Amino acid sequence: MIAFTLNGAPVTTTARPTTTLLDWLRAERLTGTKEGCAEGDCGACTVVLEDGATRAPINACLAVLGQLHGRTIRTVEGLARDDLPHILAQADGTQCGFCTPGIVMAAWAHTRQGGDAHDALAGNLCRCTGYRPIVEAMGRMADDGATAAAFAPAAAEFGDFHAPVTLAAAVALRRAHPQAWLLAGGTDLGLRFSEHREHPTVISLMNVAELRGVAATPAGIRIGAAEPYAALMPLLNGAFASLRPYFARLGSRQIRAMGTVGGNLGTASPIGDALPVLLALDAVVETSVRRLPVGDFLRGYRRHALAPDEIIVAVELPMPDGPLLAEKLSRRHDQDISAVSLVACLGPRPRIALGGMGPMAARAPGAEAALTDHGRDAFRAAAAALAQDFAPMDDWRGGAAWRMAAAQGLMQRLWLRLAHPDLPAEPFAVPA
Amino acid sequence: MKHTLGASLRHDSALSHATGQARFLDDVAEPAGMLHAALVPAPVAHGRIAALHTAAAAAWPGVMAVIRPEDIPGENDIAPIGSGEAMLAEGVVEFAAQPLAIVVARTRDEALAAAAAVTADITPLPPILSIAQALLDPHWLVGPHTMAQGDLAAAMAAAPHRLSGRMELGGQEHFYLEGQIALAIPGEDGDMLVHSSTQHPTEGQHVIAHVLGEPYSRVQVQCRRMGGAFGGKESNASWIAAAAAVAARIAGRPDKLRLPRKLDMAVTGKRHPFLYQWEVGFDGDGRLLALDARLTADGGHSLDMSGGVVMRALTHSLNAYHVAALRVVCGAVKTNHVSNTAFRGFGGPQGAMLMDDVLGRVAHALGAEMEAVRALNFAGGQNPAETPYGQALEGDLVRRVHAEARADAGWDARRAEIAAFNATHPTLRRGLGCFVSAFGISFGIPHLNQAGALVHVYTDGSIRLNHGGTEMGQGLFIKIAQVVAGVFSVPIDSIGITATSTEQVPNTSATAASTGSDLNGWAAHNAAETIRDRMAGVAAAHFGCPVGAICFEDGEVLGVSGNQRLTFAELAKMAWKARVSLSATGFYATPELEWDMAAVRGKPFFYFSYGAAVAEVVIDTLTGEHRVLRAHLVQDCGRSLNPAIDRGQIEGAFVQGMGWLTSEELWWDAQGRLRTIGPSTYKIPGSRDVPPIFEARLLESAPNRADSIFRSKAVGEPPLLLAAAVWNALRDAAGRPHLDCPVTPERLLMA
Repeated sequence: MIAFTLNGAPVTTTARPTTTLLDWLRAERLTGTKEGCAEGDCGACTVVLEDGATRAPINACLAVLGQLHGRTIRTVEGLARDDLPHILAQADGTQCGFCTPGIVMAAWAHTRQGGDAHDALAGNLCRCTGYRPIVEAMGRMADDGATAAAFAPAAAEFGDFHAPVTLAAAVALRRAHPQAWLLAGGTDLGLRFSEHREHPTVISLMNVAELRGVAATPAGIRIGAAEPYAALMPLLNGAFASLRPYFARLGSRQIRAMGTVGGNLGTASPIGDALPVLLALDAVVETSVRRLPVGDFLRGYRRHALAPDEIIVAVELPMPDGPLLAEKLSRRHDQDISAVSLVACLGPRPRIALGGMGPMAARAPGAEAALTDHGRDAFRAAAAALAQDFAPMDDWRGGAAWRMAAAQGLMQRLWLRLAHPDLPAEPFAVPA
Repeated sequence: MKHTLGASLRHDSALSHATGQARFLDDVAEPAGMLHAALVPAPVAHGRIAALHTAAAAAWPGVMAVIRPEDIPGENDIAPIGSGEAMLAEGVVEFAAQPLAIVVARTRDEALAAAAAVTADITPLPPILSIAQALLDPHWLVGPHTMAQGDLAAAMAAAPHRLSGRMELGGQEHFYLEGQIALAIPGEDGDMLVHSSTQHPTEGQHVIAHVLGEPYSRVQVQCRRMGGAFGGKESNASWIAAAAAVAARIAGRPDKLRLPRKLDMAVTGKRHPFLYQWEVGFDGDGRLLALDARLTADGGHSLDMSGGVVMRALTHSLNAYHVAALRVVCGAVKTNHVSNTAFRGFGGPQGAMLMDDVLGRVAHALGAEMEAVRALNFAGGQNPAETPYGQALEGDLVRRVHAEARADAGWDARRAEIAAFNATHPTLRRGLGCFVSAFGISFGIPHLNQAGALVHVYTDGSIRLNHGGTEMGQGLFIKIAQVVAGVFSVPIDSIGITATSTEQVPNTSATAASTGSDLNGWAAHNAAETIRDRMAGVAAAHFGCPVGAICFEDGEVLGVSGNQRLTFAELAKMAWKARVSLSATGFYATPELEWDMAAVRGKPFFYFSYGAAVAEVVIDTLTGEHRVLRAHLVQDCGRSLNPAIDRGQIEGAFVQGMGWLTSEELWWDAQGRLRTIGPSTYKIPGSRDVPPIFEARLLESAPNRADSIFRSKAVGEPPLLLAAAVWNALRDAAGRPHLDCPVTPERLLMA
């Protein structure tokens, strides 16, 4: 039976393990958590995953019950009425009120996590207020100091939902259930539960010890395939520092609390934000049977080199051998899928990779060859060479012509970042 | 309590919103045996229906009924204004996602799965997917109507300069956070109670009655609150409620229809996209002498409320400006898009964009500062104040908001700083823009400008308030409660706020056109005053003093001498014992409105609300990305009923307008299917998009010159127009006078 801690009290349920947390909460009459979109983009269903002293906001619409076994969850009903809700209400931070409980929960996690209020709100949409009073109210909210029990994973199985804790068990399950979904954080696959209402056999990889953990070493960073992006962020320092603002735009805190590099590789999406980073760094993908360069792992539009019984274990990001620069272009700055992403590692042999420019994230051989030095002309030549490297697609995130023109613009922006580190390079870096 | 009116009281539900205790429709406990309904959307934008296959869906586990058009008990007609708009497509599909059938099942998952099992044989017909395409052989849903004055031909011929322009302006999805939802509960004798997330319970009642074939008296519609609406829960909420009611009637059990977000976005109407084509004659200073303009709206596949949108676009097409000789032609064409509908501003913002497009291009052509050209052409002052349809603007307020917004922004200092930045930065460019608006307040159809209220005083002195207005987050309920508390001079907590219901106040208008507090405020005031006058009579008899001497003050009722004093509750009980009614209805009809749409002439608006904004942006010439850095807004709210609520409306409307003009794009594929459905693809502003310097304030010391409630002014829609300052700033930064909207990074870079 699935068991977890909800608002400080233990609960058990026999509900189907692929039921979304959102559906379950609402059926249990905890209706403060709202469905706004069921695709992890509006934040109205934000609840908080507690683990010891850490708090992670997550989208209840994308998380399923089987993933939450042994976890600790807090919903808006579990907060003190006179605390954060009162501050938000007094600040005129609600109008229609439908997004509000999700915002309260994002804010509650933020009081522990700290950082920029806009980072904390990137995963929460409000259509009424214009956000100003919400941001101001968040500035007046303080950490209540409460902590929860630490999560201790244990192997579990609920019918067709398998949650192993060792790689060997995961591989054995994979061999026994070749049609099962390999589920990591579920920020992409979760849509098939929430929107498409599917109930497949699942092998949940979140608790597999070998797939967890992230460590910085003199050789670079090694991140477990099922470790969420949130855990990677604090290690993006020094030579990797430029990746921090880039990954800060990968989804929202809710998405980064669950989403994983392994998941990005496993779906091999042409617009996965992690993939150009891995390509530009010439990262190594470690699987249950082998190690291979990421360039060999990706095989085409949503295709990769994994054998049917092979599982991604970790990714190694080598220390960059030159300046590492990462650019993301999307219609909205936050919580938006990239129209184009460009990552460059400008060592002795430059590596430049782009996402959104074709059926898969890919290196730019022409641009790499053109970049003979770091002068403005070389970047212009590299920009021009992109026209031979890629034939981008035409869709609602951008037309092919703009994608190409903007990718060329991003290439020139790299020059600005190197030559004039003192100048703001893009609009959101300009102080008002 | 003396200061309840005009006080910045919190939204009455603010704390319950924030604790999750406020109940939206889907949060209310479901009736026993409730079923779930799901819609079957059409897969193509245009085609002839040869056959609808529902047998597989009917056999699906848990399915109780599959409703085809011929199963509708009454008329298959959901038109809010005209007639002949099908709830379920019959014969022809007119837009992608148009409902073909309704499935009713025990669970929502069963209903959705069975709905997906319905198929149709549809012979494709060529769809019309743009205004330009429609204009090749137009099918006019509305008009075109013509507003004219002066001798256009002569003035155009005599003008020293001439310029022509074309601009495209996109539509907008409402993206209310709470999707469309209705819960229908069948009762005895044909009764149907429908809980609906609706701005217009009465229209819902009518449409439900039509599809059920019942008299209006058998149908009740209720709404406690909506999770956002913005115009998207007028006619669209009505047909959703009607679909739920038909399903409940046929299944014989309560049912709920809650649309998944993507279907909601595909199947409900949007803000009307517009196409502008114009020619202008002007002199060397930029004074406009002649204007010949054609504004065409994309009405979508049916009329819906496009008539009102065209009326408002036309009457706002000169905005705050005067042009001596002109012809503005405005109509709505039919396309194979979802039927476009009301959206905050209701054509007003689209109309008002015309003059700024013209003024910006004229200034650019002359090498003049746009603000100088703008000021030269303001209505009033040195120019006539009268609009081409005959109603005068207040030129002093137009100039005042313009001057104050520019002063707040420090316009000249900003100009200098921007020039310095642009001279030194290799790739980024800043720009500055302004916008001034004059927004007419009243429903464009005069007879809609009426409202009713029902007030009960109980014998403990507590008061129950009901009126025809609906709460969608805009703070209407607290404002009306403030009005009633003011009449009785009692604490705001004495006022019990209640759900809007067709049973309590009948024959209401939509909560729309920004008129909610204007209309319902007076109606509730009149109801409360009726009771107060009766209570004053009881008090006068008790004290033995003239009625005119009775004073309601701070929860007490006073006579002429110091010991003539009762609490409000004591007097309420005394009135009951004296067998005096403590319940009253109130009614209000906005005076002096008249409108002749054929002639485009009359006094359609009770008054105008004025506003101005200055925005500063920065753009990236390498990618087209942009950001708003600063915005300074001054909005005329008259003597505000609640300045905190009004500020919230101003800020929220501005950000929503900013989204419309920048990041929010409706993208249809070549087959006419909307592909920006869901927040992952349709991008409304996020918190970081709000200008880091964002100062919105109410125009001070400007009580309404019309006799509005408390001399306040409507605020729901007008500030949305101010976002056009961002568009002007983007044009300025890009150095390009022509920019179609929304100004996505793509449009900015590729323009």
